[in-house]
Order: sequence, then C-alpha cells, then structure tokens
Amino acid sequence: MTTTHQRLTPDQLEAFGKEMDDLRQRILADLGEDDAAYIRGIVKRQQQMEVLGRALYYLPPAWPLAVAALSVSKILENMEIGHNVMHGQYDWMGDPHLSSRVYEWDNVCPSEQWKYSHNYIHHTFTNILGKDRDIGYGILRMDEDQEWHPYYLGNPVYALLLMVFFEWGVAMHDLEIENIVKGTRSMQDNKALHAGIMRKVRRQALKDYVLFPALTGPLFPLTFLGNATANLVRNVWAFNIIFCGHFPAGAETFSQEECEDESRGHWYHRQVLGSANIAGGRLFHIMSGNLSHQIEHHLFPDLPARRYPEIAPEVREICERYGMAYTTGPLRTQLWSVAKKICRLALPGRTSTPEPAAARPLAA
Amino acid sequence: MIVLDRIVRSRTAAALAAPHSVDHYLSRINPMWAAHEVRARVVDVRRETSTPGAPVATLTLQPTATWRGHRAGQYVQVGLDVPGAARRMTRCFSISSAASRPGEQITLTVRSHAEGQVSRRLVDAEPGRVLHLSQAQGDFTLPISPATPGIDPLLFITGGSGITPAMSMVRTLLRDGYSGRAGRPVTFLHHARSPEDQIYADELARIAADDNDVTVHLRHGDAVFNELELRRLVPRFRDTDTWACGPAGMIDLVRAAYAGSPRLRLELFKPPVSTGPTSGGISAEGDLVLAASDLQVANSGAPILEQAEALGLTPEFGCRMGICFSCTTRKAEGTVRNVLSGVESSLPDEDIQICVSAPVGDCVVDL
Repeated sequence: MTTTHQRLTPDQLEAFGKEMDDLRQRILADLGEDDAAYIRGIVKRQQQMEVLGRALYYLPPAWPLAVAALSVSKILENMEIGHNVMHGQYDWMGDPHLSSRVYEWDNVCPSEQWKYSHNYIHHTFTNILGKDRDIGYGILRMDEDQEWHPYYLGNPVYALLLMVFFEWGVAMHDLEIENIVKGTRSMQDNKALHAGIMRKVRRQALKDYVLFPALTGPLFPLTFLGNATANLVRNVWAFNIIFCGHFPAGAETFSQEECEDESRGHWYHRQVLGSANIAGGRLFHIMSGNLSHQIEHHLFPDLPARRYPEIAPEVREICERYGMAYTTGPLRTQLWSVAKKICRLALPGRTSTPEPAAARPLAA
Repeated sequence: MIVLDRIVRSRTAAALAAPHSVDHYLSRINPMWAAHEVRARVVDVRRETSTPGAPVATLTLQPTATWRGHRAGQYVQVGLDVPGAARRMTRCFSISSAASRPGEQITLTVRSHAEGQVSRRLVDAEPGRVLHLSQAQGDFTLPISPATPGIDPLLFITGGSGITPAMSMVRTLLRDGYSGRAGRPVTFLHHARSPEDQIYADELARIAADDNDVTVHLRHGDAVFNELELRRLVPRFRDTDTWACGPAGMIDLVRAAYAGSPRLRLELFKPPVSTGPTSGGISAEGDLVLAASDLQVANSGAPILEQAEALGLTPEFGCRMGICFSCTTRKAEGTVRNVLSGVESSLPDEDIQICVSAPVGDCVVDL
C-alpha cells in the first residue's frame, strides 16, 4: 500500500504546496467576526444542551430526552469545540476561554497529553507506519504492512471494545502499552503521564458519576446510568468519525523512508492521500466537528473548522488537477469500508486484492 | 450572599461547570458576576489632556467583587474585546489611583497612541463598557505608609505617562494622612512634553501648594532628566529611596546617575512599537533577547527556535513547521515575521509559534 500512490515530481510538489500555502494565507487573512461568532454560538448551544440534559434528569419520564441532550452536548464539546480549540484554531481571538493553551476538554485524556500525541505526532507524521500511533492505536491491525500476528485474530473484537471505551483508549494511547510489552519503553517513562491521566480520570468521574447523580438525590442511579450512556454515545460516535477519517479504502499509508526530509509540498501531498472525507449535510458536519472534512483538516489543522466545507471544492479541484486521489463518500459507505478492513486484516497473508477499477483510485 | 459566594468559588462548582469555567456561566447572566476572574465596568472617562495625536484620559473602573485590591505603584493587564475583529487584546497599565481594597474602584490614566490598538479605544471608551482585568501585579510599589516610622525622604522621578504609578503612591500617602508634620520630605520631579501635555496639572498644583512637605518640580519641553539638576534638588539622592518610571531614554539617564545605588527602584514602560515597512526578505538586524535565560544575541534572521537552540537552550517544540502549537511562547516586545506567510506582527505580549517566527529587529521572548 505504501507504493500505490502516484508520485509527483519535486517541481509538481512544490507547485502544489504553493497553491495550498496561498489558500491557507487567504483564509488566515479573512479570519474575523464570523468565525468568532460561530464558535461562540456553538459553545452557547452546547452549554444550553448540557444544562437542558442535566435538568431533565429531575423529570424521570424525560430520561431518554435528557440523555439525548447530554449526548449532543458531549459530542459538540469534544469534536467541534475541544478538538478544534486545542488545535489552536481560535488562538488568534486572544480569548483565554478558547485558547489551546488553556482549554481542558470533557474527556478522560488530559489536554496536555492529547495535544502532544494528536497535534504533534499524528498531524506531523500522518499515516507514516511506525511513527503515527493513530494507525490502529497500538491495538488494531489497520494496514497490511503491519506484520500479522495471531493476536490480530481478535481485530474485530478489539475494534468493538475500542469503540465502546474510546475516550479511555485515547487516554491510554500515550502510555504506549504495546511498546512496554515489546520492551522498548519502560514503566518509568509513563510515571508522569500516568499521574496526569489519573488526575483527569478522577475529575471526570467525580463530575459524571458522583456530583451530578448526587444532585438528583433519589434519582442517583438513573442519572448515573444516563451520564454513562451519554459518554458511551459520544465514544461510539467519535470512534466512527475518526476511523472514517483515515482508514476507509482510498486512504493510504506511507513508509518512514519515503517521508525523510520531505518538503512542505510533500507533506501537504501526504495529508491529502492519507485522509478521507465523509459526505453529509450541514448538521452532520457540525456534529463531527467538521472532521468529516478530514482532508482539509489535515492540510490546515489550525484553520477554524467551519472554513473546511467552504474551501473543500477548491481543495478538491486542486488535488484533481495534480492527479491526486481525493477520497470521499457517505458515512455508511465509509463505515462499511472500515469494518471490512478491520475484519480482513484480522487474517494473515492476503496481499492486496485487486479490486475492480472504480471512479476513484482505490488503494485497498 | 457569603454562602452563595462560597458556593460559586468552590471546587465542586468548578467540577460541575467543567469543561467551561464557573465564570463563563456567571458572565452569561451578568457581566459583573465573577467567581475568580476580574472584570471591570467603565464608570467614567475624563480627558486629562487633548494633546493632538496623543490625548490622555483617566478611566474610573468599578471592578467585580473578585478584585483583591492593589498596592500603590502596581499595574493591571487590561483585556479589551476589539469590536469587529473579534479579538481580545491585552495590555498593561499602571493604576493611577491610591491603593485600593478588595472590590474598590480604581483609575487608569491612559495615553492614546495612533498605533495603540487598546489605548486608543480606552481613551474613547463609553461608560458602561466591560473590560477584562488581571489582579494587580508588579513589585514597583511603595512599602511606606504614614504609619511607617522613620524620617527618610522619598523621591519620585517620572517622565510622560510614567507619572501614573508615582501618582498612585503620592495619592496614597496623602490620603492616608501624610502631612507636613511627618518630617519626611517628598520630592516629585516630573518631565512632560509641554504644559498643555501635563497630566494631573491641577492636582499637582494643589499638592505643591498644600502644607504637606511634598515638593513638586515640573519640567517641560526639551528639559530631559539631568544629574546636575537632581543633585541641586536632592543633594544626597543616591542615599534617598527613589522610584523612577518613564520612557527608556530617561530611565537610562537615571540609572547612570545612581551608579548602582540599591535605593533606586525602576519601572520602564513600553513605548508603542512602530511597524516599519515590510521588507519581505530575511532581516538579520537587531538583537534577540531571551529574557528568562538572561541571554542576548545578535539576530541571525532564523526562526527564534533555531536561534535559541544554537545558544544551547532546549525550548519545547513539536512539528517545527507551524502546525502543532507545541512551541508557543510569549513574545514580550518586538516584531516577528512568520516565515511561512511573511506576515509581520508587532503586538506586545503576544503568543507566537517560535518554530516559524523570525525576529525583525530587536525582539524579546520569554525563553
């Protein structure tokens, strides 16, 4: 899979990088009131949903509604607010509440650790085998170039578990358990990280599983259950959006050798080939934190996400002009494609099956 | 009320409000409700001078109950939501009113500059506007009150807007009962551009006329600070507790005159940085100052991260290409150019990504 993508000449890569830089510059120069109003509006909506959800617990018949409102709030908070704010997309506003250096999201993974493993490792080394730990999160086999081992027979089960406990998976992600098993990392290396995670876990658990349930008095068990359900809903949603961003057929991986000393144009090129978009409506894009525009997000991780839909047609046109695959598809297609891949890679050996030529180049 | 106050400030409230702050929710209900943050409402704006191009105004601010008060001479960071651009800009201003207790009103005296995005708007602020404040900061303070025993004289040397912290000190002394009977002479030497540009002119005249042992010397026009004159006014000035505040040029002269005397306390205020014409190319002029490490080096024109590493420092970094924000560092002053976009920015106290920011001329960063 690492060799299927079309190579561009260094000149082409440079020209492509220039076009991307220009596009980025144009949006940066245009940032202003609309972007600020948008994110503040989302925060307001999220807070309304949260207050509504927490309040509806006092009306036991409205329990499903309470869970629904809280789930929406939690999804908005993690995806459109937390993830994007921590990328520094709104740092230019100078508002400490929306600053990447201050914001601590509603997730058991501490922001500090998330920013390291996500903003730096994943976004810099996107889809480079052996460097980008988001490929399978150290648990799954998501690429044929990951050597098969009988352990991977459980691939679909692990995926299911990772989906259900996604925020915990994300928090443990930085501990690099697989490297400890391999012996390339020691428990000592994890000590500080571990302390940070435990502090955050305690805070999260206190909020959702002690304080808010206690505030509803005799309804404690129902509230407890409701909060757990809302966290589960967000886990399932976030897992699926994120796995559709890098693992459907069409998204490629790269070897460390081919990415050595890469130019800025090459880096942009790799971001496009390693990511996949999900087609959908406006509400869907908002609920995915605009990560449905994974390609645009990976090209410009620090531009406010609401700009991604706006620039997507132009990005696509440029990519097509350079003969680069721009992978996109509706959610169900991408989910199916990812699920197939997870199951297929549980088994050893089978090298890339030639699939029938499709409208888009497929790398699977 | 006290119970309510306890509740909103509690860790439990913080845990319940997470991931947002209690303050964020409170300010939605009433901008003057706060649990931890400090905000202030502009109560009054009064013109001090109408100097063309650089008028001065005194703003009276009513802070939220979270304001812990200030000692004379301290400053606050003032955050202003700039309308239209959706940006909050933060600048430091000395407090000009006498020492305050928690929740009490304070005043800021601000000189407007054509390039001063915040000062310009503060001078023209409408009463009712809400500003974001820090708690009072700074060690350039007056530890002496009329109750402090001793008869050592006090000396204030100020220039331009540098008068504000000294004014806070003198006002505090006089408010708290300092008088001619204290037997402790106070000398106030101030330099202003012109009589028309003299801030607090009426009040200073009144202070000079009253029987309070405070002597006021005002110097206008081209009369810069000079040591001979100071020696004439206060013969043993090097042995006198002195507070000096003003522009860099004046501070340099005062520092030289005191020849290292420990009695001298200094506060430098930052003049507005003028943005020169955008050169576009690499600028290798000026000095890069790494303030936290106390290092200074001739600017090579390379990104600040590289220059710091060349000096043996190990600042935090990640992608080294401007996407991950791991290396974000506070730039205290100076101009930097984003090497990717070529855009220059000169805002003081600005967070920059040092992996893609190269200094243009003199630049001070917190490394």
